[in-house]
Amino acid sequence: MRRVIKALLTAVWFMILTFPVMCIKVNSIDNTVNWYPERAFWLGVGVFVMALIWDWCFARKSRGLPVLSLGAIGESMGNALRRLQEQPHYRGGALILLALVMLAMPVVSSIYQTNIMISALLYVMLALGLNIVVGLAGQLVLGYVAFYAVGAYAYGLLHQFFGLGFWVCLPIGGFLAVLFGLVLGFPVLRLRGDYLAIVTLGFGEIVRLALLNWPSLTGGPSGISNIPRPGLFGLEMDINISTIYIYYLVLAAVVLTIIVISRLKNSRVGLALQALREDEIACEAMGIDITRVKLSAFALGSCWAGFAGVIFAAKTTYINPSSFGFMESAMILSMVVLGGMGSIVGVVIAAMILILAPEYLRAFSEYRMLIFGAIMVIMMIFRPQGLVSGERRKYKISALQKKTLEGRS
Amino acid sequence: MDIQFFIELFFGGLTRGSIYALIALGYTLVYGIIELINFAHGEVYMLGAFTALLVAGVLGIYGFPFGGILIVATLAAIVWCAAYGYTLEKVAYKPLRGAPRLSPLISAIGMSIFLQNYVLLAQTSDFVPFPNLLPEMPFLDSIEVLSPSNFLILLVSTLAMVALTVFIRHTRMGKAMRATAQNRKMALLLGINADKIISLTFIIGSSLAALGGVLIASHMQVINYNIGFLAGLKAFTAAVLGGIGSIPGAMVGGLVLGLAESFATGYFSGNYEDILAFGILILILIFRPDGILGKAKVQKV
Amino acid sequence: MNPVLEVSGLSQDFGGLRALSDLDLRVNAHEIVALIGPNGAGKTTFFNCVTGIYTPTEGKMCLHDAEGGKTLLNGKKPHHITALGMARTFQNIRLFGNMTVLENVMVGRHCRTHAGIWGALMRDKASRREEQDSIDRSYALLEDLHLQDLWNDLACNLSYGAQRRLEIARALATEPRMLLLDEPAAGMNPQETNELEALVRNIRDTWQISILLIEHDMSMVMSLSDRIYVMEYGSCIATGTPAEVRSNPRVIKAYLGESDA
Repeated sequence: MRRVIKALLTAVWFMILTFPVMCIKVNSIDNTVNWYPERAFWLGVGVFVMALIWDWCFARKSRGLPVLSLGAIGESMGNALRRLQEQPHYRGGALILLALVMLAMPVVSSIYQTNIMISALLYVMLALGLNIVVGLAGQLVLGYVAFYAVGAYAYGLLHQFFGLGFWVCLPIGGFLAVLFGLVLGFPVLRLRGDYLAIVTLGFGEIVRLALLNWPSLTGGPSGISNIPRPGLFGLEMDINISTIYIYYLVLAAVVLTIIVISRLKNSRVGLALQALREDEIACEAMGIDITRVKLSAFALGSCWAGFAGVIFAAKTTYINPSSFGFMESAMILSMVVLGGMGSIVGVVIAAMILILAPEYLRAFSEYRMLIFGAIMVIMMIFRPQGLVSGERRKYKISALQKKTLEGRS
Repeated sequence: MDIQFFIELFFGGLTRGSIYALIALGYTLVYGIIELINFAHGEVYMLGAFTALLVAGVLGIYGFPFGGILIVATLAAIVWCAAYGYTLEKVAYKPLRGAPRLSPLISAIGMSIFLQNYVLLAQTSDFVPFPNLLPEMPFLDSIEVLSPSNFLILLVSTLAMVALTVFIRHTRMGKAMRATAQNRKMALLLGINADKIISLTFIIGSSLAALGGVLIASHMQVINYNIGFLAGLKAFTAAVLGGIGSIPGAMVGGLVLGLAESFATGYFSGNYEDILAFGILILILIFRPDGILGKAKVQKV
Repeated sequence: MNPVLEVSGLSQDFGGLRALSDLDLRVNAHEIVALIGPNGAGKTTFFNCVTGIYTPTEGKMCLHDAEGGKTLLNGKKPHHITALGMARTFQNIRLFGNMTVLENVMVGRHCRTHAGIWGALMRDKASRREEQDSIDRSYALLEDLHLQDLWNDLACNLSYGAQRRLEIARALATEPRMLLLDEPAAGMNPQETNELEALVRNIRDTWQISILLIEHDMSMVMSLSDRIYVMEYGSCIATGTPAEVRSNPRVIKAYLGESDA
């Protein structure tokens, strides 16, 4: 009962709080006021329900229990994944099934669907790249989209001025993004977490503003158009075939990304990155050159954004600075946060959910950014480890293996 | 050099700078107490502008006397923004006390996106004209370089800053705030209710931001849902420039940034004023992260 | 006696505050030396100077190697100093909480292994062999510190005593010649303290590592250390064997306070 009263009071508080913005609209041209009292009512109802859930989640959290609403999904997903990992039979089957679905997708569905899937996969790539920097190395970078822009503009400009093609520009775009990553990386090495976040945000904005205010080179706000799609040994392709081709290209890129990042994560360098995330001072005291490790993280992360940028430019054939704003960076960050910092499977799932859900649930699409914002807050409070957690590498320990062998004989 | 033009730029810079200073105070106060960059602070400023616009619109249409509209709208903006600030802290930051340092920052970014889209969805994505609420000030006619809105902004923000300084230095609550900023654990032991102080900090910071929002909206005469992002970043730049955590620092930082932007726009080109601000932000954070008036801290191990 | 660590005239200023003043200290091979003194005497500051976290204002710090050569530590970065053979633990445990126990120790192996990004991506024979070697050595260290059953747990879920031991295991993984322990017995019960004492002796005897420890548990310090340095207000006020230090009037004064009676 006490909880219900508390929730009621919360609802009333929020109704008052949001009253002006929610319920009044002033049209200063015809000098009329529109009132929307019903909005306050629905908001009150919504807040009441949410306050009850919130309270209940907190009670669970303070007793150390996983928060069910999100936790149950995450937990069962984690369990399913673990089961998959433990039983190579199922794992192989699941992987083959997934591969078949992904491969068949553009053939059985429409070009429209394929295009959506391409952009979802591009975001998977970006989120995995950012996951190296934020999830593994713990360096909160808010201007990630700047490297994406570097890749996209590298292709656009190199094509415009030198007529270079996609396959030449792909490595160049990646390389230039790495260069930018290092240019940013060097000066910010000494910065603490939150300052780093702000500096990278400023850097991202500077890149965008520079693109916007340098029309002689970048085309300013109107950007660069007529960027060619990727070619395949000079074959002529119509737009449908070309889209399907790009789809397979992005799919391959994503698979490659996953392989590279999972190998990296489990390597000596990956352990150093994670140690850096956990405790910078202890990390240094363990003999790790944090300058080098940080720069590697920046370079690897920005490299992936650069690749994704080139592919993005080739896919849309048209780029302008508005695709590279802060909201884009925030969106990619919320994928990493939702998926679970450092978790590869989690980030892939989160990126797919966050891009595909608004596309297919039309009612949601307006609320997309609102929900992204809310997700970031709620995840931090109730499930900071993300949807998928506890992904652990398996180690083979020679001493233990010998023991089990001896035990058997 | 044209002296008239110079003075115009100077006052333009002061006006801008004092708005930055008002918002920067919110960042600095909060950072001083809980070491969090309240990323959603710019959004509170935007909400202040919107609340004032809505209240003023309603009052204007229902025939409230003109002279009182600005005052009532400003008060409403301050009250509501204080409530927004208070709620923001309770919802998004309080549950994260003691969490890793980056958690509240990510939560703050989420809240910033949420609030922007909340206004976008509830109101509009277009630029909205803000009614001209300023009274005539004939005594300013002789001083051509200072427009009524410039004059009002300078006056009100100076008063607000003086009031804040007096509050922080001389009242019981202000002293408790300074004590909490110095050492939260010790303040707790001395019987200061840290939760209350933190709430108070958010309320004060948000009120100042609301004031800034109303003033800038009546100066620019047009607002939209994402004015908070840029203003917030610039105010943060000002706070860092002056030394984050330092109250006089935020004021000095705001004025310096405002003047720099104003002169750069006047003598070079308006295209690069935002780049200038971000450039200053990055350079300051890298080379003198403790700002003009801040003190260097020793890293604890 | 061959010295391992030699510090002379070390001073550290923070603004106007002199945290260390003109400190001389020497640790010989296979020696256990204790650094004691009241809180705020500058013991941890000393550790931070020697390990490169702080840059001392004045003084010289040298680490000697087995061949008789010596390296000046001034101005070296922490990771470099660790690579030279100095490892440490922290007063407020600083483990990598969200990594497993084994991974924590493997991070300690970082400066003794070489695989780079390229090796990680290619997983060639050499880097796989190096990794397996690193895993096995780390596991062996866990066995030595009785942590082997916990090898796959997250470090943050360990008990307090186990966390302290894991920090030591992680430091040993860097293959040091000189180990700095910052209050290893803090928060331990008498039995755990006894075990720790045996462990520290064991480390010195089996690995031939010299040990410098900061500790407040006097019975442990007295029975464990070969020599003791006593610090107060940033300077060394006494040094010698436990027996000498125990009877030194300045030490008694620093610890018991001045009394007119």
